[in-house]
Amino acid sequence: MRILVVEDDKDVAGFVVKGLKEAGHVVEHADNGRDGLFLAASENFDAIVLDRMLPGGVDGLRLLETLRGQNNNTPVLFLSAMAQVDDRVRGLQAGGDDYLTKPFAFAELLARVEALARRGKGEGPQTKLVTGDLEMDLLSRGVKRAGQRIDLQPREFRLLEYLMRHSGQVVTRTMLLEGVWDYHFDPQTNVIDVHVSRLRQKVDKPFASPLIHTIRNAGYMLRPEQP
Amino acid sequence: MTASANDGRRFMRSAGLRFGMVYAGVFAISTLALAMFLWWSTAGLLDRQTVAAISADVQGLVERYREGGPLAVEQTIDQRMADNLDDDAIYLLVGPDYHRLAGNLEQWPSRVTVGIDWDQMAIERAGRRGMAQVRRYELPRGFHLLVGRDVEVHAQMERLLTDALLWSALVALLLGIAGTVAVRGLFRVTLADVSATAAAITGGDLTQRVRVSGRGDEFDRLAETINDMLDRIARLMDGVRQVSNAIAHDLRTPITRARARLEDAAAHAAGEADLRAAIERAQSDLDGVGAIFNALLRIAEIEAGARRSAFADIDLAPLLLDLADLYAAAAEEHGQILVPDIPASVPAYGDRDMIQQAVANLFDNALKFSPPGSTICVAARAEPGVGTRIVVADQGPGIPTDDRARATERFFRGESARSTPGSGLGLALVQAVATLHRGSLQLQDNQPGLRAVLTLATHPPASRGAAPMVQVDASSSADQRTLATDGS
Repeated sequence: MRILVVEDDKDVAGFVVKGLKEAGHVVEHADNGRDGLFLAASENFDAIVLDRMLPGGVDGLRLLETLRGQNNNTPVLFLSAMAQVDDRVRGLQAGGDDYLTKPFAFAELLARVEALARRGKGEGPQTKLVTGDLEMDLLSRGVKRAGQRIDLQPREFRLLEYLMRHSGQVVTRTMLLEGVWDYHFDPQTNVIDVHVSRLRQKVDKPFASPLIHTIRNAGYMLRPEQP
Repeated sequence: MTASANDGRRFMRSAGLRFGMVYAGVFAISTLALAMFLWWSTAGLLDRQTVAAISADVQGLVERYREGGPLAVEQTIDQRMADNLDDDAIYLLVGPDYHRLAGNLEQWPSRVTVGIDWDQMAIERAGRRGMAQVRRYELPRGFHLLVGRDVEVHAQMERLLTDALLWSALVALLLGIAGTVAVRGLFRVTLADVSATAAAITGGDLTQRVRVSGRGDEFDRLAETINDMLDRIARLMDGVRQVSNAIAHDLRTPITRARARLEDAAAHAAGEADLRAAIERAQSDLDGVGAIFNALLRIAEIEAGARRSAFADIDLAPLLLDLADLYAAAAEEHGQILVPDIPASVPAYGDRDMIQQAVANLFDNALKFSPPGSTICVAARAEPGVGTRIVVADQGPGIPTDDRARATERFFRGESARSTPGSGLGLALVQAVATLHRGSLQLQDNQPGLRAVLTLATHPPASRGAAPMVQVDASSSADQRTLATDGS
């Protein structure tokens, strides 16, 4: 995927660009708002990683507002040291799709950028999600694996739905907490792990191969067993 | 610009002077109104009575003339002069040639000519000079009638009254000026103390307070409000000082550890695996530092009160059940049971995210400190007049009585908690959320265990500075402390 990184800090930018390239993406980098805006407006990207505070007279918010004003709907992930709830709200109101505060783990950034870029593809409303032999009917709210019915609690259903919508991608614990529970804080307890482990009991345990994989130092990934 | 002009300008800009001048203006207007009313109701009344009496006299004489001609009028005039005990009536009837026919004036006054109906003039009668109010009336067939009243007494009274009013105006002016100076002085004295206190605070002396006279008047209330504000600022400053000390200590430790690990690895690592392990441990140390930073900033954000804009009427029941659901699985994993006791609806007023985070922190603590096999209860009730209470009770070791007052301070960790992971910021955040919601956090003994009671004020205060709310706000931390200590 083509990803634009607009970040003025050389070390952070170098680290992000290198990481994204290693993950197999094509990356462009701008170190100020003006160049970033020019690149974002003139070329097609699947996602933009945007710093809030940028030199060159055009800060992240202005850049994004200008971009959205031109009907450019490229998904944007804000990367900012401004961590207050109001800052986050302002970033999302300006048209940002996600907000990550510094310092961050690269795995978190990668997972979120890939989720955004995928969402940007616009799959349209779905009624059925399929991963390997796991099927989820969003209308009847039924889940089957290898033709066998699996009974899930409503919360387990939403957790699995989130994993299936991001199948093949890493989802972090924070993403699950935000996407499934709509919580914006980090619990001290490993609450998410416990819920994922319960889901595994129902979705993976009775079957030969696991679908839910733990990705070390990052989170989880739902993917069919690779041949 | 000269110094004196400057002083003059400053003098004119004084609010005390403005208030004083308004006072003087009102005083002058009321004095003027009083004088006018006094004049109208004394001198004016006499004048009006005289005019009415003259008019009635003329009316009567004119009727007599119609009935009996000049002769009848002469008789009536003589009659009336005889009846006039005060001797203040003036009559004069003259023929067409202005020859006197009857009356007590020698001759027709020269100044009363055709075209003048009413006049006030000096007359000389029976050797006495005086003022008279007269009316001329033309009778048919060329006869002229002059009726009047001696008003010398009125004139004397008016002179007296005028003198008195002029004197009182002078007194009023002096009183007005004195009042202006007094009001201005009062303002200066009262505000000088506030001003001096503010100046001292600006200069860095945070212990200064505005003097309260004890009269309970508006100035006292202003002084109390300012003192409350200063107390709050002092508390915040103390907090900042305390936090910077704590940060210096509690953040240096993990940073030192991370640094030491990296340095050690750089110098002594045997192979790549060793290096990687050291780097990963250093990374997690730094993540810990980041988490502490986040928690600190979050607390600071809450304490700044900026988030009150996001307050709304919310139902705590689904919120708490969701959280309990999230934590119940983790509790079960630890061999604990999380029991929610929550009615169908628990109305509250506040910030959803903040309350979620506060309750999550209480859950985190309860799970962390409770032994396997214990029960953790979460209950919530809306209590009219008090607010909304959220209670999280565990069966862990609890907090020793001596530590309870300090348990909500940033970075405070009890002796028994030293061995468990944590930053000592969890309860500080809950306390900040409670204060933001004009409520309190009480830590009580659950025998055994800890019973944390988070109270949120139900309704938004009607107005800024509504007395009971201010009281709750100002005393919440102190209250909570006494209650917490009494709780055992």
